[in-house]
Amino acid sequence: MTAAPRFLDAGECALVVEFGSVIDEALAARVLALDAALAADPPEGLRELVPTYRSLMIHYDPLVLDRAALVAHVAARLPAAAAPAAAARLWRLPVCYDPACAGGMAAEVAADQAHVAAACGMTPDAVIALHAGATFRLVMYGFAPGWAYLSGLPPALRLPRRDSPRPLIPGGSVIVAGGQAVIAGGPMPSGWHILGLTPARLFDPARTPPLSVEVGDSLRPDPVDAASFAALAGRAAAGETLVRPG
Amino acid sequence: MTGLRILRAGGDATIQDAGRAGWLRYGVTPAGPMDWIAHETANRLAGNAPGAAAIETGPGGIAVAAEGAPLRLGWAAAGFAVTLDDAPLPARAAATLEPGATLRIRAVAGGVWAYLAVAGGLRLAPVMGSLATHLRSAIGPFGGRALCAGDLLPCAPGAVAPPLALSGAPGSAPPPGAVRVLWGPQDDAFTDAARAAFAGEPYVLSARSDRMGYRLCGPRLAHARGHDIVSDGIPLGAVQVPGDGQPIVLMADRQPTGGYPKIAVVIRADLPILAQTRPGAAVRFRPVDRATAVAALRAARAALAALSPRPVGAALDLAALASGDHASGFVDARAPD
Repeated sequence: MTAAPRFLDAGECALVVEFGSVIDEALAARVLALDAALAADPPEGLRELVPTYRSLMIHYDPLVLDRAALVAHVAARLPAAAAPAAAARLWRLPVCYDPACAGGMAAEVAADQAHVAAACGMTPDAVIALHAGATFRLVMYGFAPGWAYLSGLPPALRLPRRDSPRPLIPGGSVIVAGGQAVIAGGPMPSGWHILGLTPARLFDPARTPPLSVEVGDSLRPDPVDAASFAALAGRAAAGETLVRPG
Repeated sequence: MTGLRILRAGGDATIQDAGRAGWLRYGVTPAGPMDWIAHETANRLAGNAPGAAAIETGPGGIAVAAEGAPLRLGWAAAGFAVTLDDAPLPARAAATLEPGATLRIRAVAGGVWAYLAVAGGLRLAPVMGSLATHLRSAIGPFGGRALCAGDLLPCAPGAVAPPLALSGAPGSAPPPGAVRVLWGPQDDAFTDAARAAFAGEPYVLSARSDRMGYRLCGPRLAHARGHDIVSDGIPLGAVQVPGDGQPIVLMADRQPTGGYPKIAVVIRADLPILAQTRPGAAVRFRPVDRATAVAALRAARAALAALSPRPVGAALDLAALASGDHASGFVDARAPD
């Protein structure tokens, strides 16, 4: 039995379908199921769908699509969201957990691995093995272009953010904090802990299509060494996506 | 090559179309104009489709010249001085710019954002389907940067035609300083006192405002249960309130998702009023219901569709327009005949 979501206006041009207020795998799966159902059968006037861990924001044109009609359209698709389907696709994502791959940031990556290990009561190797062995699901993009928020982080890797954010972390950083896992789509300030780097560019505006992994897809790390990382980074710069079906 | 040459740009001029639609779910900011009504007005004056790419400039202003052929231009620049070789032009007008002449748009009287459109649009390669510029992520034409002196914007040769002008304000303007909002989606995350202050007290626009967010200073808006929520979507015009209790209205360059509670959302029809507010000016937020917001949006779109620029008096060339008696030549597009 699942609770009915709340419908909240976010201005006259957006409607929030809120399934809950916490980060929860089951909630996220319901959001993704409704997202898929609406994307497959959008009412006229629906502009964009923005899924998050706990809610779906529906951007719409209220002069084309009446709110009551939109709510009815959504409500008719909620049963599908109550029985969420599994991820459509599984991708292998190359990830280098050797701090050397981070170049000038190598010391920071090594320090973060050690910090996460101490905070979680295990060795750095065990932290890496846990992360590298997990299967993640891309629940939402947010914060900045191509920043991928993942569910599926092993609970043993739960720890708070850093006390002070770093002014800049490299694009491709594989980071964790607050029970969440993220792949940084580009360089940005961040208070999360860096466990490794992917040479893949999840987002590249010069590439067609710019995004290589859809919301709702699953991702499994494919560990690579620092030498392979350098070679792969060169291929990514030339436009290769580097993710491959798992 | 025919094009519009940027002779001078003050650092806050960018190319903006209606926004980069369809990428919000990938974390990509839509960008687009700060004042969608003025942007559409400039395009309509130029004879373009409403969402065509045009130049947006802030108080830094711009100077442009036609290169290779005459260009037909339309602009909406309330609060700015528009001049042709130093002769003043009306704030919302269309005219043909001949090679060798210089059109300048400079902030003088309270203007914050002005728009300049070229008839036929800009012949630039879209990035992810759009010519909107997002400076922070460097996505858009010219590598997603602001326009600089020397840039050439390729466009089609323009028709030489009489100048046209509008006067009066488009749309149904509410009282100055009042910006209408819809409560939510997290107004229940605030105390009753905070909601009363937000709806009753003036808030002053901070100088630390930009295309991403307009920061306001005023009575502290206290959260009822902390200021962190699990991130959800951010609509255009959302009023988010971080831990310091000072509201930030998220504008064209907003992030698509965020984790601060949003007490209200500025209605789309009034977003231009807020966008055109200068730092240091007071803003009052007035909550309305959804039906009012939708009616205001419908009215604003209808007013734009009904814009009818008129020839400026008997003057049929730009020189005459520049030197002529504007006051007698203008026709209020809203006034009944």
